[in-house]
Amino acid sequence: MRLSNSTTMTELNDLATPYFPSYCPGCGDIAIWAAIKKAAVEKGWDNTNTTLVAGIGCHGHMVNFIKITSFEGLHGRAIPVSTGIKMVNPRLNVLVITGDGDLLAEGGNHFLHVCRRNPDMAILLFDNGVYGLTTGQASPTSPQNYISKSTPLGNPEIPLHPLAVAIAAGITFAARTYSGDIAATAKMIAQAVDHRGLAIVDILQPCITFNKGFSHTYYQDNTYVLDTNYDLTNKTWAFEKSLEWGPKNIPLGIFYREERPVLETVVSTTNEPLVSVSPNKRDISELLKKYV
Amino acid sequence: MVLPYFTFKIGGQAGQGVKSAGLMFARLATRSGYWVHNHTEYPSVIRGGHNVTSVTVSSRPVYAPTKHTDLLVALNKETVSLHNTELIAGSIIVCDTNIKLDDNLDEQVICVSVPINKITREIGEGELLGNTIALGCATALLNANLEHINNLIDSEFADKSPSARIANRKAAKSGFDYVTVNFPQYIKPVLAQRQNVIPLSVLNADDTVALGAISAGMQFASIYPMTPISNILHTLAPVQKDFGFIYKQPEDEISGINMAIGASFAGARSMVATSGGGFCLMTEGYSLAGITETPLVIVEGMRGGPSTGMPTWNEQADLRFILHAGQGDFPRIVLAAGDPEEAFHLTLKAFNLADKYQTPVILILDKNICEDDQSYGAFEFSRYQVNRGLLTTNKEDDYSRYKPSGDGISARTIPGCGNYFIANSVEHNAVGYSSEEANNRCEQMNKRMKKLQTYSEEDLPPPILYGPEEAEVTIVSWGSNKGAILEALNCCLKVNFLHLTRINPFPAKEVSDILKKSKHILNIECNYTAQMAGLIREQTGIEINDRLLCYDGRPIYPEDIIDKLTNITDAVIK
Repeated sequence: MRLSNSTTMTELNDLATPYFPSYCPGCGDIAIWAAIKKAAVEKGWDNTNTTLVAGIGCHGHMVNFIKITSFEGLHGRAIPVSTGIKMVNPRLNVLVITGDGDLLAEGGNHFLHVCRRNPDMAILLFDNGVYGLTTGQASPTSPQNYISKSTPLGNPEIPLHPLAVAIAAGITFAARTYSGDIAATAKMIAQAVDHRGLAIVDILQPCITFNKGFSHTYYQDNTYVLDTNYDLTNKTWAFEKSLEWGPKNIPLGIFYREERPVLETVVSTTNEPLVSVSPNKRDISELLKKYV
Repeated sequence: MVLPYFTFKIGGQAGQGVKSAGLMFARLATRSGYWVHNHTEYPSVIRGGHNVTSVTVSSRPVYAPTKHTDLLVALNKETVSLHNTELIAGSIIVCDTNIKLDDNLDEQVICVSVPINKITREIGEGELLGNTIALGCATALLNANLEHINNLIDSEFADKSPSARIANRKAAKSGFDYVTVNFPQYIKPVLAQRQNVIPLSVLNADDTVALGAISAGMQFASIYPMTPISNILHTLAPVQKDFGFIYKQPEDEISGINMAIGASFAGARSMVATSGGGFCLMTEGYSLAGITETPLVIVEGMRGGPSTGMPTWNEQADLRFILHAGQGDFPRIVLAAGDPEEAFHLTLKAFNLADKYQTPVILILDKNICEDDQSYGAFEFSRYQVNRGLLTTNKEDDYSRYKPSGDGISARTIPGCGNYFIANSVEHNAVGYSSEEANNRCEQMNKRMKKLQTYSEEDLPPPILYGPEEAEVTIVSWGSNKGAILEALNCCLKVNFLHLTRINPFPAKEVSDILKKSKHILNIECNYTAQMAGLIREQTGIEINDRLLCYDGRPIYPEDIIDKLTNITDAVIK
């Protein structure tokens, strides 16, 4: 089988599905939806070259609102599905749409190992510090002492720093944006996809219904953009920056970038993508000799 | 009752090379022109603990281990005390001269004392040689050709240092010569070279599943190591570049099945393999493959449960679990192999069924066929063809991934070819968009489940009935018991055997027709709850009350079955 190449530009209308996002008015997901589509139009992502893989959570509904071939899988398991896709068809742009509960709680193990593997794909982390779809329980990025339905006495756990974990585990591109800045988020998503290797964009987004603390105002007041002197190849700096969190102290921008061979090249056993060759019956007579 | 086979057994501590010596002995036998069955027992440790391999040999095909031992190689004292009751008049024990045999040993048992440790020290090289010296002794005692052992050593040590190869060759010759000089009176022509015999391969079901997957054009396998299926990945991983497929070790079985689903969604023929514990982790992915209609072959090699249970021992207690694993209703195709050859053919079949029905296909194995070797001539599969089912990679107008159809099968496509669709774990409409609308739900559920009816009409062969049509006793069983039952059939009259390999959908009518005609039905299984008997009752209404159940982790032996049959009726006695 042969994979066709995109011949036409992607236009915003091409990405429209019959469904309008079912998110709460003001939800950060709507802005991320706009940012992904903006990046798709700019980069020409369509059904000939791109696939989206989502987990379960509010973020997962996104596949119904962008007309690009998608896989919506299990809670926490978007990473292994997307890794499987990328290994057998390295030509596809693979975008992983995931949430803080999906990637960091249920899928934490896969997150660690995918950072070690470095497939060429982009993880878009819809990070709102709460479980929205299940109506408001603490997530791995909820603050300590955070009051929620599952933590009425206050969250006993300290929050996870997803970029710190990713950098420690070997990710090759780590960035953060705020969903309200659609242009910057779109640009960062495009850069993450362009990066050759595993990229994560930690997209800070409000859940206006269940996490009143992380509001638009909160992010607007407390984030700052890493300045131009910041050396994004310095892993120690990146690690320090990724641990920064607090009033007026939430960095945005690219934290870290390095080049490392990508998984799909390392494990490749064929010259062309595996899926471009139809599976045929193979001759095992040579192999059988070892059993005689 | 002593079966008319010669059984060689080698035992010792884990780490003494018992298993490799057993396999080498099996190949010595096949290269000498004999058929073998190889059974290994070992605990879940790397060093220490008792390991034993028995090789049953005959000039005709052998399918099971026997209870008696003709030649016992004891690499330690414990082997003698654990296995001396298996010895019969004329049996031989080969052991080191330092091992003092029990006084209560049958006086008709012959002891061949060989200075194994002394010879090992003399050869030096710091090698583990006891097993090879003993093999040399056995070669002499059974009148086999030492050149076979030399060739086996050469290929075994081809990748290792030349000194190891030379030391092992010396060791085999020393054992051979010691017996030839000191015990000529015990030499019997058990393995005397037979001429004009077909070349035999020695294979277990792990080997044949891997070989079958390669033949079937498998392109992606993600297998987390687990007894008893690790050998599948050990066979696949080294040859992936030769055949152009990817084996990837995942971080756990959840990742394994999801990676394979992703690869299959993208268009690659994909598989996973695991045992019961790993399959517990895979169940949500199993259900995911069902609703997204993603082809996938899942191999489940059962071992003793529950939980970690008896991880290196046999059991068939995952049947009900496999049939009901995963949330919700989805079309499950479940097959079960009874020996390595059947595992080969069912693996080929499983890939085509998965593609045709766009649903997960489970192939059940059990530990005893995963790890026990059997000798075979060439497998016949010249007529096999890869069938990918309804799959389009061209851009289609008005394409709908989950369009309802008469047989339940809709055209599949892959990402990247321009056709838009969502492979959706959420209930979805024909395109793949999430939909919880009632009519759509029923339409999609009916479509998916319709595949089972199509399978039953087009791909469900009748079960296999071995033995005479008319019988006093009909045995019903599945999985690795097949070998022991076939051996029992050889020793009895008027017994037939219904062997079940198609577990779901189940050939209910054919099974019912056969069982209704039976005078006496005996169910044989390796589990506590007679899970297959339960399934038969569910599918046919027939209750089987006479059962031979084994859940001690050991195989069911032909002798046990023969005893059971003769207790049922004298009519079976040959």
